[in-house]
This record gives sequence, C-alpha cells and structure tokens, in this order.
Amino acid sequence: MPAPIRLRELIRTIRTARTQAEEREMIQKECAAIRSSFREEDNTYRCRNVAKLLYMHMLGYPAHFGQLECLKLIASQKFTDKRIGYLGAMLLLDERQDVHLLMTNCIKNDLNHSTQYVQGLALCTLGCMGSSEMCRDLAGEVEKLLKTSNSYLRKKAALCAVHVIRKVPELMEMFLPATKNLLSEKNHGVLHTSVVLLTEMCERSPDMLLHFRKLVPQLVRILKNLIMSGYSPEHDVSGISDPFLQVRILRLLRILGRSDDDSSEAMNDILAQVATNTETSKNVGNAILYETVLTIMDIKSESGLRVLAINILGRFLLNNDKNIRYVALTSLLKTVQTDHNAVQRHRSTIVDCLKDLDVSIKRRAMELSFALVNGNNIRGMMKELLYFLDSCDPEFKADCASGVFLAAEKYAPSKRWHIDTIMRVLTTAGSYVRDDSVPNLIQLITNSVEMHAYTVQRLYKALLDDISQQPLVQVSSWCIGEYGDLLVSGQCEEEEPIQDEVLDVLEGLLVSNLSTPVTRGYSLTAIMKLSTRFSSVNRIKKVVSIYGSSIDVELQQRAVEYNALFKKYDHMSTVVLSKSSLFYRFNLHVLYYLVSLLFQANDLLDLLGGNDVVPVIQTTLPTKPASAGGELLDLLGDLSLSTYSKNGLKIEFTFERANPNPNIAVITIHATNTTEADMTEFVFQAAVPKTFQLQLLSPSSNIVPALNQGSVTQVIRVLNPQKQQLRMRVKLTYTHKGSPVQDLAEVNNFPPQSWQ
Amino acid sequence: MQFMLLFSRQGKLRLQKWYVPLSDKERKKISRDLVQTILARKPKMCSFLEWRDLKIVYKRYASLYFCCAVEDQDNELITLEIIHRYVELLDKYFGSVCELDIIFNFEKAYFILDEFLLGGEAQETSKKNVLKAIEQADLLQEVRLLTDP
Repeated sequence: MPAPIRLRELIRTIRTARTQAEEREMIQKECAAIRSSFREEDNTYRCRNVAKLLYMHMLGYPAHFGQLECLKLIASQKFTDKRIGYLGAMLLLDERQDVHLLMTNCIKNDLNHSTQYVQGLALCTLGCMGSSEMCRDLAGEVEKLLKTSNSYLRKKAALCAVHVIRKVPELMEMFLPATKNLLSEKNHGVLHTSVVLLTEMCERSPDMLLHFRKLVPQLVRILKNLIMSGYSPEHDVSGISDPFLQVRILRLLRILGRSDDDSSEAMNDILAQVATNTETSKNVGNAILYETVLTIMDIKSESGLRVLAINILGRFLLNNDKNIRYVALTSLLKTVQTDHNAVQRHRSTIVDCLKDLDVSIKRRAMELSFALVNGNNIRGMMKELLYFLDSCDPEFKADCASGVFLAAEKYAPSKRWHIDTIMRVLTTAGSYVRDDSVPNLIQLITNSVEMHAYTVQRLYKALLDDISQQPLVQVSSWCIGEYGDLLVSGQCEEEEPIQDEVLDVLEGLLVSNLSTPVTRGYSLTAIMKLSTRFSSVNRIKKVVSIYGSSIDVELQQRAVEYNALFKKYDHMSTVVLSKSSLFYRFNLHVLYYLVSLLFQANDLLDLLGGNDVVPVIQTTLPTKPASAGGELLDLLGDLSLSTYSKNGLKIEFTFERANPNPNIAVITIHATNTTEADMTEFVFQAAVPKTFQLQLLSPSSNIVPALNQGSVTQVIRVLNPQKQQLRMRVKLTYTHKGSPVQDLAEVNNFPPQSWQ
Repeated sequence: MQFMLLFSRQGKLRLQKWYVPLSDKERKKISRDLVQTILARKPKMCSFLEWRDLKIVYKRYASLYFCCAVEDQDNELITLEIIHRYVELLDKYFGSVCELDIIFNFEKAYFILDEFLLGGEAQETSKKNVLKAIEQADLLQEVRLLTDP
C-alpha cells in the first residue's frame, strides 16, 4: 500500500478542482483511502491522515469517523501526534459527544508530563472545550499547576481555571489558596491571566469580591508602573506598555470599586492619570481610554472625574475613526440617564451623527437623541429628528416615528405644534407608523378641542395629495367623519370644500386599490357619521346601501347595520353617532356591537335601564358581534312552550297566580342536567319589558347535578299591571367540565293564563 | 471571546476556533450566516455590529476577514488589538504572511492561535514569548519520541 499523500499535496490537488462536483469526488476518494488506513491501525501515517481530514472538515465535509483516531493520536508518545490529536479533538469533538470523555485520562497524564509543551497542549484543550465532568475530574491537576513557578504553565493554568469555574462554579473555592501571590508575578502573561481569573471569581461571588477588594492598592501600583515605566520593547504597542494588561486591570478595578466608596477613592488618582495621559492618536490608546471611561462611570467616582469621562466620550464623537464614534455613542447611551446634563453638552455632536453613513452609528445617535429631548430643546431637536425621519432607511422609520410621537406628547410646546408634528410624521413616514399609533393619535386629536377645525382641514388637504399611506388615511377619515361639519362650515383658514367634495374623497377611499380593509371600514363609518352632520343624507344612504352587498364581510355587515339605523332608528342614530356620546372612542368594535344590538332590539326591552336585572350589554363583548345576534336567532327555534333545552340543560317554567294580588304571576323555573358532568356556579337571570316589574328570589342551589339527579329551582315574581303579553329575556351562566358557558334566550310564548 | 472565524472574500472558511460548546450543525449555520452578513457590509462601515445576540468585531487584512464574537462586557477596541496582534504573530512566523500561507499551513495557524489565546482570552501579551514557544514546540516535533513521565 503506497504511503498516503501528504497534507500539502492534498491541499494542492483539491484546489485544482474546477467544480464543486470535482472537489467532492476528490474528497470522497481521499476519505475512502483514509478510512482503510484507519482500519489497518496504521500508526505511522495516522497523524498525516487526521491532518488531511481536518482540512476536509474545514471545507465542510463530514469527518466524524476520525474522532477516535484523534484520541489515539493524543495517547501517542510523539509530539507531532499529540499536537494534531489535540487539534483534532478541539475541532471534531464537542462535549455533547460521549467520545470526548475518553480524553480525560490522556489529558490527566499529559497535565503531568515532563515536557511543558505537552502540558501546555493538555491545558489548552481542557480550557477550550472541557465538559463539566472533565473539569470536575481534572480540577485538582489544574490547581496544582496554578501554583507552579513555571510561568509558561502558570498562565495557562489560570485561564484553564477560568474555564473550570465557568463550567462548575462550585469548584471556585478550591482555587482560592492558589491566587494568593498571583499578582506578585513579574511575568506579564501570568499577570494578565491572573487578572482574568480574579475578575471571573469576583463577578461570580460577592464573598470573593469582598475578599479581593484588598488587592486594589496592588492593582493600582501595577497599573501605575505600566504607565510610568519607560519603553519596554517586549510589551510595547505604539508607545503604550502592555495595553492588554492595562485594560484588564481597569476592568477588574471597575468590579472592585463598584458600590464601594473606599476602593473607588483609592483608584481615583490613577484613573484621572490614565484619562489625561494616554496617547489618543491610535486605536490602542483609545481602547484604554474607553475602558477607563467605563470604569469611571461604574464606580463611585467624584463628579469631576465623571465629567472628565463624559468629555472623553465627547471627544470620541469627533474622532475620524468611526469605530471610536460607535463606542462613544454606546457608552453615552448607557450614561444618559445618570449623567443627563453632562451628556446634553454634547447634544449637537450627537445630532450630527444622525447623518453618519454607518447604520449602527445612526441607530445609536437616534436613540441617544430621543433620550436627550426635553422641554427646552424640543423645537430644535424635533426639526433634526423629522429631517432624519425623512431621509433615513426604512428600518429606522417605525422606531423613529414612535419616538417622535412620544417626545411630542411629552414636551409639545403648543397644541398646534403637536398636531403639525404628527401631520409631518404621517405625511412623510405614514406607511411605517405602527398600527397602535392610529388610535392614540385619534385620542390626542379628540382631546385638543380647540384644534379640531385646524386638524381636520390639514388632514383633508393631506388626503387630497396622497391616499397611499394607510395610517394617515385612517386618521384623516376618522377626523372628517367626526369634524366634517367644521370642515365645510367656513371655520377653516383656507377655502372650505363643499359637502359633495368631501363625500367624493371618502367614497374614493372606499373604491381605491390602495386602501386596506381596515381603511375602508374607517371611511364607511366616517361617511355614515356625516349623515348627522351633512345635509346630503340621501347620497350617504345610497352609498351605505350599496355596500350592503359588498364582498368584504366587515363592510357589508357595517353597511347593513347602518342601513337599519337609517330605517328603524333615526332618532337613535343621532344618539349613537353624536359627538358627545360615549360610543365615541374610536373602538369600532364597541360601536359596531352596540349598533348590532340596536338592530336586534325590539321595543319591548329596556336596554338602558334595568330593575333588579343585569343588562345583557355589560357582560359579554364578543369579538364577532354578529354572532351574538346569531345565537339569539338560533335559540328562538329551540324554544317550545315554556321549556328551554340546550346542551343538556333543560329549564321548565311553571306558573301560578299569586294571591292576593292577581297582577302578580309567579313563575318557577326547574333546571335539570342530562349530561354526565355537574353544571356548577349556575346563575339564572331575566329581563322583562318596561311595563313589567320583576323580582328574582334566591335559587335553591347553584349546582345542577348531572344525569338528572336533581334540579335547581328558582322563583320569579312578575308584576304585570297593564296586563300586557309577557315576554322575557333570559341569561344563563354556568361552569361545565371546567369551562364557563353562557347563553341568552328569549321566552315569549308564555301561556295567556300566566299574564292575563 | 466566543469564537473566531477567518474567511476569504468569497466566503471560504480558513480557520474556525470555537470557545463555546456547539454542535457541528450549529457551527456551520452560524458561520454561514455570519459570513454572509459581514461580506454584505460596505467598506465604510464600522468594525462592530450586533448580530443575533452577539457583539461582532471584524477586520479585513488583504483578502482575509478576521471575525470575533465577543461577550457583552468585552472591550471592542481592545479586541481589534487582539486581532491585530494575531496577524502580527502570523506575519512574523511565516514572514510576510498571505492567505496562501494560512491555507497550506492551517494547522500551524491554529498552533499559533493556541499559544496566544486560551479559552478565548489572551494568555501571553509578549509577542516574543509566543513566537519563542512556537519555535520550541516546532523543534520538539523533530524529536523521535518523547520520554515517558
């Protein structure tokens, strides 16, 4: 069997493939060769084969059959094998697979190997991908190595310990003794990793935090040395000594100084020193300044220092480097609540960032701008934000529009300004405005009583220009319907339209392809409302009746109901559609439901009053109002004589005349239940026409037992002085098999003897 | 750091180092999606972005993108320095490194990374020390057999 081809040879070959298919063929061929080589347990070329497998894996091809081979390599006594074996383990295995546990013993041995580079491999692998079980098994070895004087191993052990703690937090305690003199090390690698370890421990445990607070002076000293010391070629980055270590120390100081006055004070000077002395021409200096600012803002620093920090961020905002501008905006966003005034000073720079080309910067600038809006700067800020809204990407428009509405609501200097601002948003970003803005805006307009004429006129004009933006159209329709009289009455500043023109516009919305069903609903309702404000009632009636046969079910339903209002209840329609009525929350469902009830109502029922009876309206508010009517109609069919029977519940009415008063009929109901489950919380309610009076006595119980094992009886006394035909509307509620049940019924075929 | 990816302008992965436990399938999906997102960005945009719930820091060196996903509390600017340090190490090791070096010697690129970072954090801040360790380890490969402990 010829020797397997070398890794670089394979890479070269695969790269000559001109198509994906060709590459796949080569890969498959090589995989087959590698597989048979593995089967032969070839020790010499295992390393080469696994390396090739890793390359193919990186191209996206499956390599799981090499997992066990990695373990064999790790166990080998050749360094090359171990190197590739551990690499393979880190690439091909993850802690979800059982196979990786088999590594534990090898790693344990290698942690104790005589060659530090082998120990290093083991520490690296454990620290990168060790599972909780592995960490538990090997924590002791890591702890040992954390105490070694070999700095090469000590630094790796520290980071390995970090990983162990992340995986098994309970083990944190055991590393405590080893941390004793970590910071006395001269070696920067050990110092850096030690600071990372201490940071991890302090973040996880308040006790550790307390314990390590005493390290603050030492950390301050180390940081000071880094800053003050001269040029150190080994650690220098653009004139700064070991920026990585500086940043980590600053971060640890942040955690130690947080909510502790003494520690914060102890680090005050060094923070000021770093903030003022760090070179800002390169990214590395700014990285340190950034970390310093974060620390100053998070600990209990004195106000002078905080202002210094915010000014650094302000300078960042002017930096040519967009990355610096980005972190500045992010940080300012975090501090705007606590240091509002300091951030306000940089408002104009922040607003300029709205024009930045970078999307992330623009977004942050927008968020920050909204946070900075207040009563003093509202006019200026709003100008900028509206300009931004005009020109920004679609992904921002919805958030920006919402922000503008919120800010306007809080700080509007005048009602007129407020309405104008809303108009501007609706006309420039109307299609991006959130759905819930429409009702909120309508509410707002309703409350600005003196602005009604102005508003409706402006909205009408906007409609003439553009009917494509649905939220704008909806608000406009609503306003025209509500304040149409103001629109045509000459109260507006400009030439007022005549009624027919207004109706033309609204009808135009109904037929336009651009209008959504919701918008059409608004228009139809508006047209309807104008019937009480305009004189062209006939035209309106015609439109409404046309839509009685509309394909759109919602529109059809509305039109039919409105038609009925015209026909039967002219006097009611004024009540329902008038301005002062409480039906006037834009909530069309409520309006609609009430109208449908009116439609169903016969003149025998007093909806607006009630004796000792709960009016039906207050209870159910069905989402499909039509069905309430439907239920009632269905029930009338089921009723026979004086019996109600539905869903296993049967109610019989029996009658007797009370003595001495012949005008009082005494009706007793008997409720029984044929289903196999009890009906609990059973409540019977009744309503009678105005000329009657009704008294419901207490029921015998609230439970109608299953399978006719008993009944609930209740007495109703009806006073009928005018000797009119008795009619009764009945409401039943009960719980059956855990679900609430409700039903309405009309009883109108009482025997004449009961009321004559 | 949660992971580091190196990929070409055509979206081919040259190195992937994962510091969080994820299945092969999950890794593939994340790589694919993130690579597309970054390749779609214009040159004038900043090096940081929020992607899913991660902070991403990336920088392009010649034909290679270096991309890291970092934790919320991590300093983005220093992460750029970490990336830069890694590039310097590769440069010193290979002598004026180019993408081809990393393609043909990917395992060495990993070895260098593993001497610089461990568990997602820098283990050595001295360039010299990292390179010295790699040099010694390379020499060890020449030795026939390691003596048993």
